[in-house]
Amino acid sequence: MTKRWRRTGAQLIWETLLGEGVHTVFGYPGGAILPAYDAMLDYPIRHILVRHEQGATHMADGYSRASGEVGVAVATSGPGATNMVTGIATAMLDSSPIVCVTGQVGSALIGTDAFQETDVTGVTLPITKHNYLVTEVDEIAPALHEAFYVARSGRPGPVLVDITKDAQQAFTNRRPRLGKVDLPGYRPEPRPPETALKSAAELINRAERPVILAGHGILISGAMGQVRELAERARIPIAMTLLGIGAIPANHSLNMGMMGMHGESWVNQAIQEADLLLALGMRFDDRVTGSLKTYAPNAAKIHIDIDPAEFHKNVRVDVALAGDLSAVLAHLLPVIEARDRSEWLGTIRGFKGDTAVRDIQNLPDMGKLYAAHVIHDIWRMTGGKAIVTTDVGQHQMWEAQYYRHNEPRSLITSGGLGTMGFALPAAVGAKVARPDDEVWVIAGDGGFQMTMCELATIAQERLKLNVAIINNGYLGMVRQWQEFFYDRRYAGTPILSPDFAALARSFGLGGEVVKTRQEVEGAVERARADERTVVLDFQVEKEDTVYPMVPTGARLQDMIRRPGQEAEGDPESEGEPVGAGRTVEW
Amino acid sequence: MTPGAGERVRPHVFAVWVEDLPGVLNRVTSLFRRRGFNIESLSVGPARAAGVSRMTIVVRADDTTARRMLVQLSRLVNVLRADDIIDEPAIHHELAMFKISAAPEERSQVIQLAGATGARLVDIAPGSVVIEATASPQKIDGLAEVLRPYGILEQVRTGLVGMARGAASVMTDPDARKPPKRRRPGSDTGGGSHSV
Repeated sequence: MTKRWRRTGAQLIWETLLGEGVHTVFGYPGGAILPAYDAMLDYPIRHILVRHEQGATHMADGYSRASGEVGVAVATSGPGATNMVTGIATAMLDSSPIVCVTGQVGSALIGTDAFQETDVTGVTLPITKHNYLVTEVDEIAPALHEAFYVARSGRPGPVLVDITKDAQQAFTNRRPRLGKVDLPGYRPEPRPPETALKSAAELINRAERPVILAGHGILISGAMGQVRELAERARIPIAMTLLGIGAIPANHSLNMGMMGMHGESWVNQAIQEADLLLALGMRFDDRVTGSLKTYAPNAAKIHIDIDPAEFHKNVRVDVALAGDLSAVLAHLLPVIEARDRSEWLGTIRGFKGDTAVRDIQNLPDMGKLYAAHVIHDIWRMTGGKAIVTTDVGQHQMWEAQYYRHNEPRSLITSGGLGTMGFALPAAVGAKVARPDDEVWVIAGDGGFQMTMCELATIAQERLKLNVAIINNGYLGMVRQWQEFFYDRRYAGTPILSPDFAALARSFGLGGEVVKTRQEVEGAVERARADERTVVLDFQVEKEDTVYPMVPTGARLQDMIRRPGQEAEGDPESEGEPVGAGRTVEW
Repeated sequence: MTPGAGERVRPHVFAVWVEDLPGVLNRVTSLFRRRGFNIESLSVGPARAAGVSRMTIVVRADDTTARRMLVQLSRLVNVLRADDIIDEPAIHHELAMFKISAAPEERSQVIQLAGATGARLVDIAPGSVVIEATASPQKIDGLAEVLRPYGILEQVRTGLVGMARGAASVMTDPDARKPPKRRRPGSDTGGGSHSV
């Protein structure tokens, strides 16, 4: 007689995750998730023990952004789950597909303020794409299956599945049948009407001064090749959003660079002078538009996005095309005409003006250590091929300006939420997803201290990362705002740090302090060669500033520029990454 | 231009079909709460199709914001369909009950008034009568005005429900998933016995 099929809810959790292709989870055990942890040992799952559940969510996020797969974080009820909130919100704002599995107190205890009970589906409702409270063993597999589908389809996002302890412990004889997900109200991939496609094509073919605004959606959709084809055939210059970086190689002759608050001045000027903006998988965030009243006043606007809720949200557009970017471009590309547009490209070259002269790369360091130089050197020495993760702030903007990303999914940064403490755990996720790639953390001294406990995770998992702390003794971006807009009253921004190198060594990792430009190359070389993770404490200029800058609410062209100085040498002679050719069209 | 700037604020009536599952009402109202909007009225009940609830939500907003809330509503995983029916030719009714303290000598007047306005007498007790009416919110307001001199002890209004007129504009109930899953007592989306 054959034994009847029988599973616990806890077993079904892992069997469903394995069925979704999951082999690694980032988590932290606790009472309400204990049955799941107990069952985990019987399945081929790699569990990475984090030091704080926020780290687990950022790791899942970093894993997802590096690989395009769904990242998974596991935590217990109450404080375990509430610690995930920042990471979930980060994933939500940057459309990152992660699934969080949390334990919940027994269903009979829900609503009684039981030990470690929190209404986690209530808490995370506005920061998840969707969430589930599961109280029955037979609901576990379908809920998880649905969660993965919702997380990765359409506009991706975080999904949380909260499973009561009794549901994990209960047995079932009903084998889950997980077929096609039945969600009648969920339409992840809209299709644009033919007429809208026709109007878009006409606008593009007619435009004299078009600009492509390239966003994160290009990477998510995998439309890099098509966007490039569109730009090359129609000779349309491209401006990048922060999260779009890597979608088009930085060394592509039509890639102007980053737009927005800390974008290049000529990029913003091109947007303001454009007669057509073609927005691809981006959402006109306030950090890229500046004042909406004066934003690209003469431009017709075409917006292609998978989420119709983004249309006309910040900027009224003339043609809105809802759909997966790759699918929309497949319809659009055949009707886009080849154009020359050399006049427009020449005009933009003119906008560049004295910018190269003002670039800090071309200024003497006068014996000082500038963050821009550090990041530039890391870029040069890694051949521009590393995966870089960042927090938010000055170092993030310098990274975006001075590390030139040619590969998709090579910059992993918290854009929408602007989360300090994101970089280190996100790098763990990225390294686990792509173990053969070189991974660099670039973080500030402030943000690093928010999640530096994950150094212990890195040591325990024997992961090889390289960490560059841009240490200026201030919460630098806030200090910069205080300098510009609050009369240099540095309230709460000076920050004391531990000896980061000694701290790293205490975890069994490598650590070095770098104080001058001359030491940078050697330190970076030694860090890369070390088989352990090495933390480099770059003690940079304390009151350095990110230029250029559009003050909040100002017109995009009204940028605060770096004060002019005498340049040393040839402004075009910027360093080249090892083995990388760059055609400078701008 | 900033969308929505300087537009007129007016009531919008959202007809929303949702899966009858726990927590869905919370998801829907959360969208309004997030923007700081006060929901003027909200009614929920079973739709024609099994496993589907139909909500009618009245919110004051400018047209741009209302449109934006509509797309946000449509984006919720459990929302099957959402429409703003404020500009549709539609019947907008609500049900109201008024408990009147009418003294014995005034009772016949109250009952006559009720009859004249299409309201009904549904309860008579020694110290009070209960008048029930189903009409447009404006008519209910009018009835309340008329009844006020007699002393309204208590009132309850369901909030508006709306349906477009004529066969041409039939709003077919979207189908719920089959069979409806994860149904359990305590659903907060369904009315009455529907979800229990």
